[in-house]
Amino acid sequence: MIEFKMPNLGADMEDGTLVEWRMKPGDTVKRGDIIADVETQKGLIEIEVFDEGVIEKFMIKEGDKVPVGTVLALIQPIEDKRSELKKDPVSKPVDVKVHPIEEDLKGKPSDETTTPERVKISPLARKIAETNKIDLSRIKGTGQDGAITRQDVESAIERVKKTTDQPELPEEQRDKEKTPQGETIRSAIAAAMSKSNREIPHYYLSKKINMQHALDWMGAINKERPPQKRLLLAALLIKAIAHSLQKVPELNATWENGLRLKSYINIGFVIALRGGGILIPAIQRADEKSVDEIMEALNDIIPRAKAMKLRSSELSESTITVTSLGEGGADEVFGMIYPPQVAIIGFGSIVEQPFAENGMMGIRPVISATLAGDHRATDGLSGSLFLTALSKCLQKPEEL
Amino acid sequence: MNETEIRQAIFHSLKQIAPDTDPSSLLPDKRIQESLNIDSFDYLQFIVSLDEKFGIDIPEQDYGKITTVRALTNYILTRLQDED
Repeated sequence: MIEFKMPNLGADMEDGTLVEWRMKPGDTVKRGDIIADVETQKGLIEIEVFDEGVIEKFMIKEGDKVPVGTVLALIQPIEDKRSELKKDPVSKPVDVKVHPIEEDLKGKPSDETTTPERVKISPLARKIAETNKIDLSRIKGTGQDGAITRQDVESAIERVKKTTDQPELPEEQRDKEKTPQGETIRSAIAAAMSKSNREIPHYYLSKKINMQHALDWMGAINKERPPQKRLLLAALLIKAIAHSLQKVPELNATWENGLRLKSYINIGFVIALRGGGILIPAIQRADEKSVDEIMEALNDIIPRAKAMKLRSSELSESTITVTSLGEGGADEVFGMIYPPQVAIIGFGSIVEQPFAENGMMGIRPVISATLAGDHRATDGLSGSLFLTALSKCLQKPEEL
Repeated sequence: MNETEIRQAIFHSLKQIAPDTDPSSLLPDKRIQESLNIDSFDYLQFIVSLDEKFGIDIPEQDYGKITTVRALTNYILTRLQDED
């Protein structure tokens, strides 16, 4: 029997609330099927299965908030597929493990309840309470067997409103203060970045890259295309990273009690949300995709990320991260590694600079590429080789 | 389509990609992308929506000519007149 568990969608995820089962016991599932919607700090995520089989039983019900690694459902595997799946390294992510480090994180005091007590409450009442940040332990239930009802939660909200007695705020500011999603994203980033800063000894390298050829190449392609089909620089940069990583595979890895190289290249791409905060969905198997295919993936993922509607695999399977500041911003960015990854690549904005090349001086559009590496996992030499390879392949974008 | 209608259509497109802002309050000579904090992906979506609204394909090399509401309105007006 396969135990299908609450997936870990990043070092910053502690728990998730099962909002809706998309299937029912007895249904046959295959790899990639969406089995449930789970509310996390990163929005409402579609949870995919990584096995083939028949759903035997659901272990938790809609509305339950459970820690990462909790068994959500039991899946009866299809026998003849079983041995085949075991050989496939890609099916590994099913065994979502809570790493010791994350357990440690959970054990630390936090103002959020991480291990939900079995409070008797309806899913709707729980949802209302969570949206309004009402502490369930402080509510006395008036329902059957002391269960907390919707009315109990609403009365508690009223009480909180009266006691806080806030001065009237302008509408815009009031809306901001009522956005729990913004706050939860912030706390997710805070958890991941604190862990990164606490545990990862970073080293930093940078390289200035002449972008003349890359921009000319992209300009020539985009000139022939309608706006809907145009390429963005991000697609080319992601492809160039994937290509360069093949030469320095030790940067495409995780550090989990030692260096673990990944056989696939999934590039997490930092997307800034308008309401504040970031999400890092992955462009999967970027090395196998063309620049056009990466652009298609971006066209699909970015709007969903901005609407906070991503799939579990897009949030959980990055093997390295890239952050790009775009036009008109800071010249360079030195990123913080997203654990358990071992490197993050940063691109500043393109600026025109005097640039000497082959004994000639000229004004060129130049981008500053940086790499932050985990010094437990790799040394500066790997990072340097990577940035050099990156610069080289951006001089011949047509070969990517 | 007159100048006011074009401006309204521009504001409508901007509101779609930056719903937390009030594009109509943008001063005519302020730079759109920086003022509304629009990233390159959303800027491309803006160009796509202008293409769909006005039927004009703005080439990349003209992006530098349409950075403000005033410049963009005039640009669209001229392009529409040229096509007539």
